[in-house]
Amino acid sequence: MHIIETGNVAAALGVKLAGVQVVAAYPITPQTPLTEKLSELIEAGEMDARYVPVESEHSALAVCIGASSAGARSFTATSANGLLYMHEQVHWAAGARLPIVMCVANRAVGAPWNIWNDHQDSISQRDTGWIQIYSCDHQQIIDDTLKAFRLAETTSIPVMVCYDGYLLSHTYMPFEVPEQEKVEQFLPPFHPSYALDPSSPANLNTVTLPEIRTDVHGEMAHGYMEIRYLLQEDLRKAVQVVEEIDAAFQEIFGRGGAPLVEPYRCDDAEYVVVGMGSLTYQLWDVIETLRTEGHKIGVLGVRLYRPFPDAAVAAALRGARGVFVMEKALSYGYEGALCSDLKSALYDHIPDKSRAPFVKGLVAGIGGREIRTADLTDTLRSGLVGSIPEPGWIGIQL
Amino acid sequence: MGTRGYRYKTSHSLPGPGDGGNTGSWRVQRPVIDLTRCTPAKRGAEACFACWLYCPDVVVSRTIPPEIDYKYCKGCGICAEECPTKAIAMVDESVYHEHVEG
Ligand code: SF4
Ligand code: SF4
Repeated sequence: MHIIETGNVAAALGVKLAGVQVVAAYPITPQTPLTEKLSELIEAGEMDARYVPVESEHSALAVCIGASSAGARSFTATSANGLLYMHEQVHWAAGARLPIVMCVANRAVGAPWNIWNDHQDSISQRDTGWIQIYSCDHQQIIDDTLKAFRLAETTSIPVMVCYDGYLLSHTYMPFEVPEQEKVEQFLPPFHPSYALDPSSPANLNTVTLPEIRTDVHGEMAHGYMEIRYLLQEDLRKAVQVVEEIDAAFQEIFGRGGAPLVEPYRCDDAEYVVVGMGSLTYQLWDVIETLRTEGHKIGVLGVRLYRPFPDAAVAAALRGARGVFVMEKALSYGYEGALCSDLKSALYDHIPDKSRAPFVKGLVAGIGGREIRTADLTDTLRSGLVGSIPEPGWIGIQL
Repeated sequence: MGTRGYRYKTSHSLPGPGDGGNTGSWRVQRPVIDLTRCTPAKRGAEACFACWLYCPDVVVSRTIPPEIDYKYCKGCGICAEECPTKAIAMVDESVYHEHVEG
């Protein structure tokens, strides 16, 4: 069924279709309408789940950790400082290998207070061991939410579905709502191989010492370092799992096909602009203009940010003369995190450095600063014919 | 991948002695029970067993007399604190070794 609704509603409908059993969330702008919608659906009996109203985001994820440990399909959502307040539990959920799904309606973090969109909140969770997917429109939000549950449950790794606050969370767009029957075909009920059971008590995530040791059964058990390595190994393998799940989704629903990176007019491109989220599709318009002026330029949208699809990124950029990375976040004191990751991928995958493209990092839309298509076009044009004025923060007025 | 191999991919254990590793090696003070003051030992019948109940490492037996598994006793002193007859003394390991091993 085609409907016209907001991005937050798209996420909520995805959560409902996924048959989530426990929702625990604390409202924060711009995520609030998503959790309100879920509580409405549960209250109306349209969704057979427990909604746990908590007193903070830290508790929201803690409830999901408990519920998921007991074998329930669990969901939470947040934004900005709420996500930062969760941070300890964000690490915990990944280390405990719990298949929780969280939507992040991306928003700038304080100080100073700002409720508008950028990516600093979820980018700041980059190193926690979660899988991070960035949706670019409402269809992707609902589809990615469904895929996220299968991905999380296949890999035993939690998944963050990130979408731009306001730009996607609050705008209305038409999208297809998948049929429940088909969703059940794609996403079977969650059957954990192990779940908390009061009739046979156990301790989960007990203290590990620096060295390995025998457990209570007298068997050699992994130490902290081994357990952490297994998370890293499974995250690296998850790049392929993302592709497999996308293929399975495409077979049933007929949508998808670019789950790692989404190239647009990159085939003959001498220059490529790289971005994440809704900015990617705005850039499509920009390069159409530049193409009519004769510039061979394309767009590469990064859809999967962690695990980083380094091989796919490098393959898409091989042959380009220059790359512009446009980001709504920064690793303060250096550059945008995506820019660093991308350079690292090029260094690893293009052995002949004389053939590697130049990489120029740009910052846009911090704290919701409007990203005007004309400004993007002007900035990129100056990059193509000469150089972009420093500091490369589009729209800044110093 | 594919299943949540908890035993394999996380730390996971059953409650019991040794759950936290060789915690006996942490001990700087050793709980020593004076059986002349311990109620079950004196009466030859079950009594308080507060030591057994409160020990966070489950290393005190519910027997007459109660016995402590020093392999895992971490020396926290909770048993000595809880014992209603003050039958348990916390003795410095160095002092204990001087006395026992000469
Ligand atoms: S609590 Fe004290 S008196 Fe009671 S059994 Fe233990 S050592 Fe003996
Ligand atoms: S000191 Fe007492 S309470 Fe503490 S671990 Fe040893 S026996 Fe148990």
